[in-house]
Amino acid sequence: MIRYFSSNFSHLILLIGIFIMIIPVWLIFASSTHTASIINTQGLQFFLGDKFLENYTKVLLYEGGFFKEITALKMFLNSFLMATGVAFLSVISSLMTAYVLVYFRVKYATLLFWIIFITILVPLELRIFPTYSVMSTLNLVNSYWGLIIPISASAIATLFFRQFYKTIPDELLESAKLDGANTWRFFIDFLVPLSKTMIVAMFIFMFVFGYNQYLWPILVTSSEQYWTVVMGLKMMSGSIVNKFAFVIMSMIPPVLIIIVLQKYFIKGIFQDK
Amino acid sequence: MSFLELNKVTKIYPNGTKAVHETSMNVENGEFMVFVGPSGCGKSTLLRMIAGLEDITEGYINLDGILINKVDPSERDVAMVFQNYALYPHMNVYNNLAYGLKNRGISKEDIEKKVNEAAKLLQISEYLQRKPSMLSGGQRQRVAMGRAIVRNPKIFLFDEPLSNLDAKLRIQMRLEIKKLQQKVGVTSIFVTHDQVEAMTLADRLAVINNGLIEQLGTPIEIYNNPKSMFVAGFIGSPQMNFLEGELKNKTLTSEGFEINNVTSDFNGPVILGIRPEHMSQTDKGLINLSVDLVEQLGSDNLIYGEIKNKKDFCFRCPGSQIIKKGSKLSLNINDNNYYVFDKSNGNRVN
Ligand SMILES: Nc1ncnc2c1ncn2[C@@H]1O[C@H](COP(=O)(O)OP(=O)(O)OP(=O)(O)O)[C@@H](O)[C@H]1O
Ligand SMILES: [Mg+2]
Repeated sequence: MIRYFSSNFSHLILLIGIFIMIIPVWLIFASSTHTASIINTQGLQFFLGDKFLENYTKVLLYEGGFFKEITALKMFLNSFLMATGVAFLSVISSLMTAYVLVYFRVKYATLLFWIIFITILVPLELRIFPTYSVMSTLNLVNSYWGLIIPISASAIATLFFRQFYKTIPDELLESAKLDGANTWRFFIDFLVPLSKTMIVAMFIFMFVFGYNQYLWPILVTSSEQYWTVVMGLKMMSGSIVNKFAFVIMSMIPPVLIIIVLQKYFIKGIFQDK
Repeated sequence: MSFLELNKVTKIYPNGTKAVHETSMNVENGEFMVFVGPSGCGKSTLLRMIAGLEDITEGYINLDGILINKVDPSERDVAMVFQNYALYPHMNVYNNLAYGLKNRGISKEDIEKKVNEAAKLLQISEYLQRKPSMLSGGQRQRVAMGRAIVRNPKIFLFDEPLSNLDAKLRIQMRLEIKKLQQKVGVTSIFVTHDQVEAMTLADRLAVINNGLIEQLGTPIEIYNNPKSMFVAGFIGSPQMNFLEGELKNKTLTSEGFEINNVTSDFNGPVILGIRPEHMSQTDKGLINLSVDLVEQLGSDNLIYGEIKNKKDFCFRCPGSQIIKKGSKLSLNINDNNYYVFDKSNGNRVN
């Protein structure tokens, strides 16, 4: 009885939480399907209007910027490229960094690890000028690589992989060695498949992180061609309903990534246990 | 030249622990060698040096005529079965067996053939598609064995592979390992701290204590002729009884009785060792035992009691003999089956 009650109670709390988070989003979505004049005169709308198609196609085909070089579609492409690049690179680099730190006879490996870890205290914003000057020396300003590379080393992901590797029993490495696995094969045949779940989780995490970048893309791109969605949110002109529509659309890629990958994520958790 | 030669092998761990001291031994081709000894005596360390998982601090190891001190474990062609099996959790049983073969560049058809053969030998053919987590302890044990067998290595190394199994399964697997080894004929080294396992499996047995081989020989040699008190106490179950005594001019006095004509020129304080199974009841025997406890094993009875100052003296008699707690027994030692050890260093002196 108590369990029944408490489980219902916790469900209730969860439901309240969901409502608190969803209602603003719904308000914006519902409002984005009305005409601008309705919003301007009557405020945010709770019920759907009939201008959905009109407003959203207008946003998708919108050409922004001073030179009209950028469309909303292009912004989505840019953001997608940037987020995917950041996610891929940071997962790969932290997987390998953790591998070296845990399995190689690196002197002062723990110290090195903590130095890497401390970089969490030094976010991009703090090192933004030196980073910019490095990028400009490398001629990467106004390029996708310039957007991606400086945020593609993740101390947190390295921490997660390192802690995970440390829980893998030594015997696994030893029997792999006796089975003729070399350094590379152990990584590919053992560590990568065993950390599959964590790789997916980190990929999602880093994708969203890359997608949400604002300050760095603004700094490193001067050409409108490289505008990302988050930049577009700020830069976009147009009527309020179009902005609302763009806000709603900007949420789709991260949500989609989570929904698509969640399947593997959950599969990964339940498969081997 | 022997198949496996250890020459003054020493292991000192980075923290200064000296785990193995100048150990030398030879293992012949096809032989089943067992390392037995108490926990922490260096058995695993010795085995892992042969596998290449630990560096050798000093000395040499030759395998099949090749000095392997500096050979990478992946190239030594040895197979090891670990105590916790160390199966690859993300691969099914088939791939667990096939992995080592794949790394050796063997063709797919050959791999399939070999894996199926090994699986059949070990009766795990039905489980080939399962993940290790879906197997019982005994089945995992078989897969671990299969992974070793399938590669047809120069030598099998077993590090206490049966200690995670329940008593019954242990005895069964013990038998199977022995049969399997005889069938496949691969040189094997088996580490255990269970002396029954050691006695039943071994062609030859190395009793290790504190990083040193105390005695090397066939199980029966070691049982009949232990060189030291440590070996005598370690091999045999229930344990040999040890009594304090004094040896003077071939006469041994101990706990209220005397033994004459001891075949030893040693004089001084000694320890007398008598195995529980080397005594029998008579009318006027040497030893007078007052019974405290009777353990009935069915086939045998283990009688524990007191003789003068010695408590828990054990005597083994057939299960048909009925002996009551509190009774007094008079025992004789059969055929002079007793052992005399120098009390100061534990060495055998008779
Ligand atoms: N990596 C290590 N670093 C330092 N000392 C170690 C290390 N591994 C083992 N030792 C020490 O070396 C000695 C021998 O250890 P080993 O594991 O060979 O014992 P063992 O005979 O296999 O014991 P058990 O029956 O408990 O497995 C022990 O005293 C142990 O504490
Ligand atoms: Mg051990």
